Amino acid sequence: MSLLRVNDLTVKFGDVTVVDGLGFELPKGGSLGIVGESGSGKSMTSLAVMGLLPKGALCTGEISFDGIDLNTLSERRMREIRGDRIAMIFQDPLSSLNPYYTVGTQIAEAYRSHRSGVSRRAARQVAIEAMERVHIKEAGRRVDDYPHQFSGGMRQRVMIAMALSTEPELIIADEPTTALDVTVQAQILDLLAEVRRDTGAALIMITHDLAVVSEVADTVVVMRYGDVVETGSTEQIFSDPRHPYTQALLDAVPRIDDEIGDLRTLGGGS
Amino acid sequence: MTRYLVNRVLGMLLVLFLVALFTYMVFFLLSPDPAVQICGKTCTPERIDQIRANLGLDDPFPVQFLHFLEGLFLGRDYGTGASAVHCSAPCLGYSFQSAQVVTDMIVQRLPVTAVVAIGAAVLWLLAGVIGGLLSAVREGRFTDRFITALTLGGMSVPNYVLALALQYVFVVQLQWLPFPQAVPFADDPGQWFLNFILPWTVLAIGYASSYTRLTRANVIDTLSENFVRTARAKGLRPHLVWRRHALRPALTPIVTIAGMDFAGLLGGALITETVFGINGVGKLAADSITKNDQPVIMAVTLLAAFFVVVGNMVVDLLYSAIDPRVRAGATT
Repeated sequence: MSLLRVNDLTVKFGDVTVVDGLGFELPKGGSLGIVGESGSGKSMTSLAVMGLLPKGALCTGEISFDGIDLNTLSERRMREIRGDRIAMIFQDPLSSLNPYYTVGTQIAEAYRSHRSGVSRRAARQVAIEAMERVHIKEAGRRVDDYPHQFSGGMRQRVMIAMALSTEPELIIADEPTTALDVTVQAQILDLLAEVRRDTGAALIMITHDLAVVSEVADTVVVMRYGDVVETGSTEQIFSDPRHPYTQALLDAVPRIDDEIGDLRTLGGGS
Repeated sequence: MTRYLVNRVLGMLLVLFLVALFTYMVFFLLSPDPAVQICGKTCTPERIDQIRANLGLDDPFPVQFLHFLEGLFLGRDYGTGASAVHCSAPCLGYSFQSAQVVTDMIVQRLPVTAVVAIGAAVLWLLAGVIGGLLSAVREGRFTDRFITALTLGGMSVPNYVLALALQYVFVVQLQWLPFPQAVPFADDPGQWFLNFILPWTVLAIGYASSYTRLTRANVIDTLSENFVRTARAKGLRPHLVWRRHALRPALTPIVTIAGMDFAGLLGGALITETVFGINGVGKLAADSITKNDQPVIMAVTLLAAFFVVVGNMVVDLLYSAIDPRVRAGATT
């Protein structure tokens, strides 16, 4: 049975449809890339799975996680799953961490809210171990540092540590490398791959960056204006894109062996 | 850090100096001759001259002002020879009305003013922060609208109207509160406490209203921050998301304003103290103004300025305790 099955997912704000009849499946331990330009509805899809859509959003369709339909689940039950069985990593690690609390507190907070009767001390230990797993050096000391005392890449490691502290079955990463330096991006992608290998967690990678998808995803969903343009294995999408939009998306990636000239853009209004 | 502190203290002294100079100038230039005032009904020109000499009123303005400053820091003597009176530092002179030492008058009244300010601050901070948080998390719904309407009322009704209305309702009509009479705390703590309930409430309502508005706006702002979304994504219960992640960052500007407002109130709550007949610094200020008691006016003005300036600095220092980002900045 697949871990996550999304069927006919539609998200609307009033008359505006931002996700239109989306469907995909993700097996246990699998990895899926959702690719698209900004405004394609890829982030709204991830928020819909988390049950974190902004006020005023109307979400219909089926989001079946391990046999539970998340879309009809009560907020209380959803909260038990959120952050425990499904964890999320966001784009900008600086603004996604609360500047007023130490990273240790923020990691431990995720763990403690899902494990009853855990002492502060034990949760702190969990936080330190999680930080060690994402290769933050001197985790025992840095656990008491504040987010602003970390570099961008290190902050994203903290976010990942927070996500994996509860041993989730599914990690949703929404543009986790976009705000980072290119060299750091590769490190974070490697880390995500390592985490998946170690924990067997499934991954949904949401990105506009095809290079990222090619590295981490088994399956790719290409989205545009809330619609699925094309779905397929990563290999197939990259070697044999069926849809002209996917083709255009691939062509828009600048290559080192390209002739010098204007960057290709995608047609259509944005 | 040390350098910062030294600069701040120097700046403070400059502000206080200017306030003193300005106040002194206003009352020096605009007041009727204090000697006539002190002399009273059975007055002779010789007596007036003598008073003027004793108080140094014949000296030019800069000399008088210097004497005032001298008295403040070193103490000074009034008059000469056997009739000289020594006023030890910090000397703010003698009341033209009652001939009391002004410093003593202030010291006597400061505690009750502090009690009024502390009680009111506790009330308005509690009400303002809780009300604002409640309003923010229920944005647009009935609770929010109800609280917003209340704060509008609280901000529009003048203190003295509120004071009289509450007194009429709770003391005269319902008789839930005893008729206020001055009792020392040690004699009857219960009665003492009941006496302060109305003044605290009246003072707090205005402040609480604006604090509610401010907290509401700040919390709504913070609720849209990414780290609040992270907190929700962690599966935290809503009250934890609100309290820990939305309220805490929203409180920083509130602490700043609370510090200033509180410091301002230590300089005396003029209207409230007068309406409730509380013998504090505020009532002293009001009385001294109506009687043109120049040394007392000088003293209460300087005192208020002192509290505001010191409060300002304390708030700045508090910032580093509240915001870890400021703390780190200070050490590097």
